[in-house]
Amino acid sequence: MVHETLAATNAIVVLDVALPGIVWGWIITMNMWAKSIGTGIIFLTFFLLKKYPEQTGFIRFPAVAISIVFIHLFLFFTVIDLHQMFRFWHIFFYPHLTSAITIGAWMATGFVGLLFAMAYAIYLKKDEAMYDKFLGWTVLLAIPVTLYTAGLMAESTARELWQMPTESAQMILAAFLAGTATMILLGGNKFSDAIKKDLAIILGLSAFAAFTLYMSEYIFGGMKAEEVAATLAFIKGGEYTAMFWIGQVMAFLVPMALVCLSLKNKSYYLLKIAAVSALVGLWVSKHVWLVIPQLLNMS
Amino acid sequence: MQLGFLVDLHLCMGCKGCEIACKVENEVPLSTWRLRVKYVDVGAFPETKRTFTPLRCNHCANAPCERICPVSALHYIENGIVNIDKERCIGCAGCVMACPYGAIYIDPQTQTADKCTYCAHRIASAMMPSCVVACPVEANIFGDLDDPTSNISKYLQQHQGDVQVRKPEKGTDPHHFYVGGGNVQLNPLASFRGEGHNLFNNLTHLPIGGHH
Repeated sequence: MVHETLAATNAIVVLDVALPGIVWGWIITMNMWAKSIGTGIIFLTFFLLKKYPEQTGFIRFPAVAISIVFIHLFLFFTVIDLHQMFRFWHIFFYPHLTSAITIGAWMATGFVGLLFAMAYAIYLKKDEAMYDKFLGWTVLLAIPVTLYTAGLMAESTARELWQMPTESAQMILAAFLAGTATMILLGGNKFSDAIKKDLAIILGLSAFAAFTLYMSEYIFGGMKAEEVAATLAFIKGGEYTAMFWIGQVMAFLVPMALVCLSLKNKSYYLLKIAAVSALVGLWVSKHVWLVIPQLLNMS
Repeated sequence: MQLGFLVDLHLCMGCKGCEIACKVENEVPLSTWRLRVKYVDVGAFPETKRTFTPLRCNHCANAPCERICPVSALHYIENGIVNIDKERCIGCAGCVMACPYGAIYIDPQTQTADKCTYCAHRIASAMMPSCVVACPVEANIFGDLDDPTSNISKYLQQHQGDVQVRKPEKGTDPHHFYVGGGNVQLNPLASFRGEGHNLFNNLTHLPIGGHH
């Protein structure tokens, strides 16, 4: 983490306080990962119901159930990460609207409300038209719910690696990746070949685009600011190098390769392996990206 | 009124009196610091010198901590101080992530964010911040930046060309200035930080009586 030292000055910090270490750790990684699944599955449900309304009706209830589970996981990890979790209600009664956290909390609340409305429509009322009407609004709210974490990271001005608009692109791509992977695992063999092909293409393209963004940051990020270069040093031979590449390979490279193979061989089995790899790798990739900027010394 | 701080690094001798005064005045818990003095050694023997840099909240005009706080626990008061309401803080640590100066920490006793407030409670009683009072060489200069006759304004005028702020590229518009500072003192990336040179590096909390 020494980027501007000169041999002539030979400057060495000999006394200071200990660095704070990782403040946002695996709990926040879980938060982002679960949110990607919770909103991503809604995007994919909307897409499939619009494009293949006759063949995909059966996903209505399981999709909304999965979204509810993962959005509540996201909320759970959000709340337990607070050092004063029982003051969570302050966000609603003392809101500060310049904060992405506030906006996210409000949007997520609306999103959860709509998810329950969808569950009510399909499970209790058995009304697909009502479900589909709610779904449109839910998709609209899923966009800010997906993106607010990118806003939060961009507002964290101390952490140069977390920049807009890269983070918002990564969040959307993560939602598509996770949503598609979950949909592939959810659908089993009930989907037609055309649907499987669509899912494979979305998974592969999401992985490709996300990998391209990561590599762009990896190669060119350090040219933007010295803090970025110092942060990237942790994955360029530093202590998080192996974890970073494990994440990249599992989240993006393996799914891309398996998608190509599955399309060529028409193998749904390979697609399921790609989905599992993408979901596991996404967690690892997000965790590394979350942690390394926090290792940077601020003083 | 816009209160601000200036530290003349030519004068600071690293006695840490300001640190201790701050800890006593604000009851800052063990292992946490609202204000601390960083020591950086420069040069090679025998041509060496030690520099001392007091570091505290910069009370930025465009404070990222204030912007990111979801409940306005961090807020401006009319004299420009970025104050904190610990009763309102939910401990999300967004401010810790946002502050480019590493000036905010989670208080292990209250489990809320905390930082230097320029001793806002003392200022409300027309008293100087405790670190200013404690400094034996008057290296800490505090006052109203909007008043051209204040000590800090005069000091800034007299030392034009030698006044710096930390990380100006962040666009935070800090109200904390340094006179006589160099890159090795104000830029964390310009000095080597080895293991084992941290103040009370290994001091943590006992595994009883609460958690950190």
